[in-house]
Amino acid sequence: MISFNGITKRYPSGREALSDLSLEIAAGEMVFLTGHSGAGKSTALKLIGRIELPTRGQLIVNGQSVGGLRNAMIPAYRRRIGMVFQDHKLLHDRSIWDNVALPLIISGTPRRELDKRVRAALDQVGLLGREGSFPVELSSGEQQRVGIARAVVSKPPILIADEPTGNLDPDLALEVMLLFKRFNEVGVTVVIASHDVHLIDQLGYRRISLTGGRLATSTQSQVHA
Amino acid sequence: MLNVGTTNKILRFGEWHAQTLVASLGRLTRAPFGTALTVGIIGIALALPMSLEVFSMNARSAAGSWQTALDLSVYLKMGLSEKEVSASYASIAKQPGIATAQLIMPADALKEFRRWSGLGIAIDELKENPLPATVVVRPQPTHDGQAASVSINLLAHNLEAIPNVEHVRFDTGWVQRFTAILDSIRRAAWVLGALLSLGVLLVIGNTIRVDVEGRRNEIEVLKLVGGSNSFVRRPFLYAGIWYGLGGGLVALTLVHALVLALKGPLGRVAAAYGSKFELLGPNLGLSLALLASSVLLGWLGAWIFTNHQLRSIEPGQTQI
Ligand SMILES: Nc1ncnc2c1ncn2[C@@H]1O[C@H](COP(=O)(O)OP(=O)(O)O)[C@@H](O)[C@H]1O
Ligand SMILES: [Mg+2]
Repeated sequence: MISFNGITKRYPSGREALSDLSLEIAAGEMVFLTGHSGAGKSTALKLIGRIELPTRGQLIVNGQSVGGLRNAMIPAYRRRIGMVFQDHKLLHDRSIWDNVALPLIISGTPRRELDKRVRAALDQVGLLGREGSFPVELSSGEQQRVGIARAVVSKPPILIADEPTGNLDPDLALEVMLLFKRFNEVGVTVVIASHDVHLIDQLGYRRISLTGGRLATSTQSQVHA
Repeated sequence: MLNVGTTNKILRFGEWHAQTLVASLGRLTRAPFGTALTVGIIGIALALPMSLEVFSMNARSAAGSWQTALDLSVYLKMGLSEKEVSASYASIAKQPGIATAQLIMPADALKEFRRWSGLGIAIDELKENPLPATVVVRPQPTHDGQAASVSINLLAHNLEAIPNVEHVRFDTGWVQRFTAILDSIRRAAWVLGALLSLGVLLVIGNTIRVDVEGRRNEIEVLKLVGGSNSFVRRPFLYAGIWYGLGGGLVALTLVHALVLALKGPLGRVAAAYGSKFELLGPNLGLSLALLASSVLLGWLGAWIFTNHQLRSIEPGQTQI
């Protein structure tokens, strides 16, 4: 589903964030990217989201070579990847409904289907009934869940999340992780960058550990009932 | 042939366009001061060439109603018999391009002259009538001053060739001068219109450029969730359209207000000269043309100024 083949990413500053990284993430897998701050976790996710381009190497996502995407194809490519960010990246002048509906509107979903799908996504993250609220009226944990609802509303096959629990207290963090688990259970490939080793160990999924932009360790995937 | 799927797609497309159009209007009304400022500047910029055009339009129609001043006086030779005079008159009246021809016999001409000149006694002293028979010819009216002056010259030439015509007097000089002035005003209106349109383009473009800059984060988010450049650009193009429409309406209002303010005084001046001239505002066609071009300018300004800018805003520049 996602395969890094000798990926090197050097930023214009000269900083090499990833060095000759190779790894495979299978379809339907849920994996954690771990490592200290600066290890290259965010960079790896940005490459998957085609937010950054690899300097060297080949990245294949959904059967497509990400480096070979023409500019005009990037929006369609991104629509097949749900992205969750540590700072949520919600639009603060729009309601929760509008925020969650955004990917659907962008992909031209018929208007009569919108409400149903937006409410279904909000239901999945436990925020049904908050459609009319604005992001500022929600707690950080709730905003993160809106971000997740927006990422999954158009049912993308891949979900990536960068430190989705970074700003949350442990209880809320676990709740959010369990949410990802549920999406994974219905077949979504989930990649989560996190340095919260405790939480990750608790969940017991495969762990890809980066250090200095290289692969440190990669545990085996475990089967969850 | 459209199949159902295509039709649905088109409907959906139209639906979202309509909604974005309304949404972008809503956004503009949420910043009423800035919007009013931009719309006002555009309105004034467009009102200026529009007023000039309306003014020259009125002047042209006024020139049309001043055809009297284009009358030709055809003097016949002295000492013609009444029969000769009528024969000449008949051939004059037959000339093409003539609206009316009025014969003034020497005796009537003298009476008239006596009345106007105030030289009553001196004229009574004359043994012989020194005035010839005259035919006052009014050319058929045309609304094009330049063409009128050409055809009058031709008419005069033809009239002079008629037997027993001594001399034809007319004055097309003023027509030419007047036409030239009108033409310069029209040309000025066009040049000014082109320059100010460019100004409007810049004003709208800059307003929207600033707007885009202020919504950088939003644009990045839209691109992150898969929004294409054209999707991201759409609300800004619609904002441009609204600015253009608003500016065009302000311009029309200003021009109508100007016409209304000048109508009374100018009408009175015209009436004092016995003219039925009435100052007219821009007609429907001109008004619609103004609105259409200002809407187009708005859209174009937004398009030109956001095209590159929106492309350059990519989510890579901020931390995720
Ligand atoms: N846009 C950027 N420009 C330059 N250097 C960057 C940029 N983003 C990240 N880096 C550098 O790349 C390295 C990896 O960063 P990152 O991928 O954010 O790591 P992590 O998410 O694991 O903390 C760090 O040294 C960081 O400073
Ligand atoms: Mg990071």
